[in-house]
Amino acid sequence: MMTRKELDLWVGIFAVIGIGALLFLSLKVANLASFSAADSYQVNAKFENIGGLKVRAPVKSAGVVVGRVSDIRFDNESFEAVVSMNIDIRYQFPKDSSAKILTSGLLGEQYIGLSPGGDSVNLKNGETLKLTQSAVVLENLIGQFLYNKAAEGDGKK
Amino acid sequence: MTGRLAELVRALGARIVDNWIWRLGFACRFLWFTLKESGPSFRRFHLTIREIYFTGVLSLIIILVSGLFVGMVLGLQGYDTLVRYGSSEALGVLVSLSLVRELGPVVAGLLFASRAGSAITAEIGLMKATEQLSAMEMMAVDPIARVVAPRFWAGVISMPLLAALFSAMGVFGGYLVGVRLIGVDEGSFWSQMQAAVDFREDVLNGVIKSLVFGIAVTWIAVYEGYDAPPTAEGVSGATTRTVVTSSLVLTALMFRGR
Repeated sequence: MMTRKELDLWVGIFAVIGIGALLFLSLKVANLASFSAADSYQVNAKFENIGGLKVRAPVKSAGVVVGRVSDIRFDNESFEAVVSMNIDIRYQFPKDSSAKILTSGLLGEQYIGLSPGGDSVNLKNGETLKLTQSAVVLENLIGQFLYNKAAEGDGKK
Repeated sequence: MTGRLAELVRALGARIVDNWIWRLGFACRFLWFTLKESGPSFRRFHLTIREIYFTGVLSLIIILVSGLFVGMVLGLQGYDTLVRYGSSEALGVLVSLSLVRELGPVVAGLLFASRAGSAITAEIGLMKATEQLSAMEMMAVDPIARVVAPRFWAGVISMPLLAALFSAMGVFGGYLVGVRLIGVDEGSFWSQMQAAVDFREDVLNGVIKSLVFGIAVTWIAVYEGYDAPPTAEGVSGATTRTVVTSSLVLTALMFRGR
């Protein structure tokens, strides 16, 4: 039979490595330290087509992650998609910045690229971006390509 | 004809009332008494520490080894599929998300039910069969406060820690196979994982899930032990029921957790 001291020691070791595993999961796997949603401001943008954009997709500017997509809705009056994003309070953008939906790599995940404008006033919480560019839909591109080819063929005849 | 049909339906109803509703009601009252008697058992916390040793520390080996191997298998099979689409860097995302969200709590819960839950049931059932519980009552010691509550709380405390250890070992196993053995780029393995795994949505959800699983498994285990018929056969039946019921409840809860 074990003495009480040994028992306490083993349970202490168990608690320490268990909490260590929790810390590993939250710090190394989820990277809690780098970006928290608590100190961020929200910006909306309207897109004609969002392609395969998903909630929690990154918002990048110059390739650096500055925020995340928090919500995607459909606006039934303008028939456009409204994307809300939370941007880290450390990063401020001019009021006339533009948002594009881009794809990382050929088949990678989609994200929002923010290009800063030249206005002297910065974006505030709850404001809407005016300049947007929709996602590239592969089917439309192929359709356009085929149409152009057909038009070329007609011209030669 | 209708008489026989009515007889059949009546028999079914009787079975449902006897086997399910009565037992569920007893189990709920039992949980209530356990929670009510937890105060006195917390004042003698070394009882709970002793049980954490038996349920948590002694389950470490099986949890760590199976976590490591589940992660390694995920890494190997995930790589096989991902490389077909030229996105083998997403291996870290695949391994960590499936472990932290689902596999960690569920597989650790199943192992916990069969390793610790069955032991709790057998111990309490045998205590009842050898009339140790009645002897405690004779000495004015409440068996629920002295025997049941420490085991219940030990399970509830151990389970989230075990699930976290399982997930962490699994991620490490995926890293070993993916990065060390196959040669996926180490930087993108970790950075894509960190970009995809969210603390609140994934890690905290997994911890809450494993806490709920811990409560469910230990509740079933202590109840089955306390309720076991005081015979050798009864104890063996109760132990089997613990493992079967808690595995079924875990799989049901798994989808409620969505």
